[in-house]
Amino acid sequence: MKVKVISRSDDDFTRERSQDLQRVFRNFDPNLRPQEKAIEYARALNAAKLDKIFARPFIGAMDGHIDAVSCMAKNPNYLKGIFSGSMDGDIRLWDIASRRTVRQFPGHQGAVRGLTASTDGRILVSCGTDCTVRLWNVPIATIVESDDSSNHAAEPLAVYTGKNAFWGVDHQWDGELFATAGAQVDIWNHNRSQPINSFEWGTDTVISVRFNPGEPNLLATSASDRSITLYDLRVSSPARKLIMRTKTNSIAWNPMEPMNFTVANEDCNCYSYDARKFEEAKCVHKDHVSAVMDIDFSPTGREFATGSYDRTVRIFQYNGGHSREIYHTKRMQRVFCVKFSCDASYIISGSDDTNLRLWKAKASEQLGVLLPRERKRHEYNEALKNRYKHLPEVKRIVRHRHLPKPIYKAAALRRTVTEAERRKEERRKAHSAPGSVVTEPLRKRRIIKEEE
Amino acid sequence: MGVKQDNGDPEKILPPIEQDLSNEIDAKLRKYLRGEGANLEVLKDKKLKGQLSVREELYGISAKAAAKAEEWLMPSEGGYLEVEGIEKPWRINQLSITSEINLSSLKNQHDIIIPDLGPYTLDFNSSGRYMAVAGRRGHLAVVDMKNMSLIKEIQVRETVHDIVFLHNELFFAAAQKKYPYIYNRDGIELHCLKEHGSVLRLQFLKNHFLLASINKFGQLHYQDVTMGEMIGNIRTGLGRTDVMQVNPFNGVVGLGHSGGTVSMWKPTSAVPLVKMLCHPGPVSAMAFHPNGHIMATSGKERKIKIWDLRKFEVLQTIPGHAKALDFSQKGLLAAGNGSFVQIFGDLSESQNYSRYMGHSMVKGYQIGKVLFRPYEDVLALGHSMGWSSILIPGSGEPNFDTWVANPYETSKQRREKEVRSLLDKLPPETIMLNPSKIGTMRPVKKKEKQSKQEIEAEMEAAVEAVKDIAFKNKTKGRNKASKKAKKKKEVIERVKRPFLDKEMKDDEKLAKKQKISEENALPMALQRFASKKPTA
Repeated sequence: MKVKVISRSDDDFTRERSQDLQRVFRNFDPNLRPQEKAIEYARALNAAKLDKIFARPFIGAMDGHIDAVSCMAKNPNYLKGIFSGSMDGDIRLWDIASRRTVRQFPGHQGAVRGLTASTDGRILVSCGTDCTVRLWNVPIATIVESDDSSNHAAEPLAVYTGKNAFWGVDHQWDGELFATAGAQVDIWNHNRSQPINSFEWGTDTVISVRFNPGEPNLLATSASDRSITLYDLRVSSPARKLIMRTKTNSIAWNPMEPMNFTVANEDCNCYSYDARKFEEAKCVHKDHVSAVMDIDFSPTGREFATGSYDRTVRIFQYNGGHSREIYHTKRMQRVFCVKFSCDASYIISGSDDTNLRLWKAKASEQLGVLLPRERKRHEYNEALKNRYKHLPEVKRIVRHRHLPKPIYKAAALRRTVTEAERRKEERRKAHSAPGSVVTEPLRKRRIIKEEE
Repeated sequence: MGVKQDNGDPEKILPPIEQDLSNEIDAKLRKYLRGEGANLEVLKDKKLKGQLSVREELYGISAKAAAKAEEWLMPSEGGYLEVEGIEKPWRINQLSITSEINLSSLKNQHDIIIPDLGPYTLDFNSSGRYMAVAGRRGHLAVVDMKNMSLIKEIQVRETVHDIVFLHNELFFAAAQKKYPYIYNRDGIELHCLKEHGSVLRLQFLKNHFLLASINKFGQLHYQDVTMGEMIGNIRTGLGRTDVMQVNPFNGVVGLGHSGGTVSMWKPTSAVPLVKMLCHPGPVSAMAFHPNGHIMATSGKERKIKIWDLRKFEVLQTIPGHAKALDFSQKGLLAAGNGSFVQIFGDLSESQNYSRYMGHSMVKGYQIGKVLFRPYEDVLALGHSMGWSSILIPGSGEPNFDTWVANPYETSKQRREKEVRSLLDKLPPETIMLNPSKIGTMRPVKKKEKQSKQEIEAEMEAAVEAVKDIAFKNKTKGRNKASKKAKKKKEVIERVKRPFLDKEMKDDEKLAKKQKISEENALPMALQRFASKKPTA
């Protein structure tokens, strides 16, 4: 007869000295953990709730301007700096970390309409309604940080005067050209007081301009004649033009898929286009209830932030029809400009109430350096939410957002209107000869025509 | 045999030892895979299919990792009893085991005789380190089984029917003469649960933090011990019983009744989930296998039955009487009757329970409770003269998981675990017969087509509803009987309209389908001769 029974000696299962770590033993047998699926579901629910509890996206406001903030520019070479221009001609450089003005650039007589920094981060270009383009030397970051006395006034490097007011400016990604938008599209060099090239297609004012991040010589503009135009600097004439039913306020190229760009339209929607195919939009991003004023892509190219006249900032997936997030505060007024930070973790919005606001790109993200355990916990929670996102209870919690009353009501109204239109269309279709009424998808419906 | 065989069966070319190993891992793998993977062939959505196949692959990898790591993560080996020649395991008594085992296990063979305080019942905490015992005459005690030390004993001077540990060893509940009470480890009474009434049997649902009780009037109560809320108060209507057991797999409470039925309950419904007639006479004891698929019941007609809970079928009937039943972690079944306890084992792993061991006590002792100690090869017996503990090799799970139940838990770990388990507390709605349904979507029901009669009946009903509507009296001249009749007709027509429209549309669809099928039936060359008119 051979007999063995379980016998454990304490020495093998407890620590030797009090400084040692406690010993840990694992047994992954499913029989020891009854109802593991139910427990996982309970955890997923808790994770979704915790996410809501920790969703505090607003970090702080940066005040200093004395008129509405009209435009902003990121410094591609320096993460913490952001430039902002206001309607009274004031340009400021902010330090995002301390949320203070580092330097002012006085000189513009009217509203500053466009700001951009060169790719090396040395030169800032501004333009405004006073028909001037000004080039500024950007102070080197380390020097700025070391001296405490802020509010240094800077002198412009150069002032170039045009005939008409300027509405926008953008710097080439690779090179030393920049383009201004106004009565026509002008291409400038840093060192020449006259534009080296001018484009004109139609008579209306061009209101925004954006260079392609992948192909340095390609740029897209939008004009107040509701058109979106593509230009190629290597040929003398504009390339293609698309006319939509409503005006486009701003354009942003997807930095990771440089053939795609998304436009912010007056009709509350954003439209993603493929620059090679203008006959229909790739995606329509709906949710805003008033004109979308500005748009900026995250450096990851997976999502973009929009600022709207309805006093909210929204974040969309690059291929998502509805926003994943909405940011608003009581005091934030019409949002005129919005920028994603270069590390994709913050959003800066500039609005009518003279403030710049700093938001987290992920509302419930924990800031600061994470311990490995914390990081693992966040990853686990994220995976749980992802796994159970289709279940009604989890879905309800994850989707819910509190909206200000006016926006909630406006959204409901818009929904009613679109629903009524859809019903009308349906009835019309039902009562006409088959095939005589063709319903176009929204992706095509807002496009009037495409010109070559 | 060639070394390279690309299209051959890969198992064939492995040397025999490696093949053995891979078979072993396969067997372990099955345990960790938790059932079959999803059938992806039926999916039409290619993207979803891709995502799910990646997910399934991940499950496979993690199961394989767990199976491979078993060797390293699990240091302890299980107990066993091997006999040679004509020896039979059930002839081996505790005394002969004593000479074969090491000294530290000897303390697990003991009898505690307290003749005055009446039949004893007992309970272990989840790690098996602590035992709570209750004598019928009011003796309550908590014992540390590792050090064999008495932590606390109290005398409540009242009949005690049952005792149960709550979520950890700090608290226990005792069912006394009039009400159940909750005590802490120091013997201080914390709560008196008057709503439960005079309770006969108590059970604690660990994942839900529910204390379930059955009282003298056959009422089943569920109380949340965290917030004190009464979750369920169910009249079973099946009479007085003291046979109650929780299925650890899904949290369903099983009750055995004097009519021979076994009913299974959840707190959120007033009717039993299952009511099955198990025995022709009263049910005297029941137990659930830890994997939740097997139930053992014993009836007064001297039969022990093993049930498959997935099919609700009898797997096996064992002759013999049992006043107390319990399954061990490894699936051994202990049946106590009179002064004799018998252990059955599923030794051939074919769900066929056969005699494994036995133990007889001093004549006259009446065993009232048998309970395997978790993570040990020990069976504890509560009987009329005290309690005893005997060794049953191979009954306990040799490897514990520190995060699930740790016999060597420090107070700091215990506190940490209490918080964690509270965070993972399950709502009472998660108690159901098949808990793996949680987190799945209900399949979309196909809309059933209405039959012609049904549609007609619906139309008739709609017509009937508007027929008797009285019209308002109109101005002079517009009130004529003919006008009224016409108006009524119009209303009825309007109600009928959608039904008729739908019928017409369906007919059209059918005709089109027929036409298409007809065209397809003809060979290409003959299709131009097919009749253009839809066949009526």
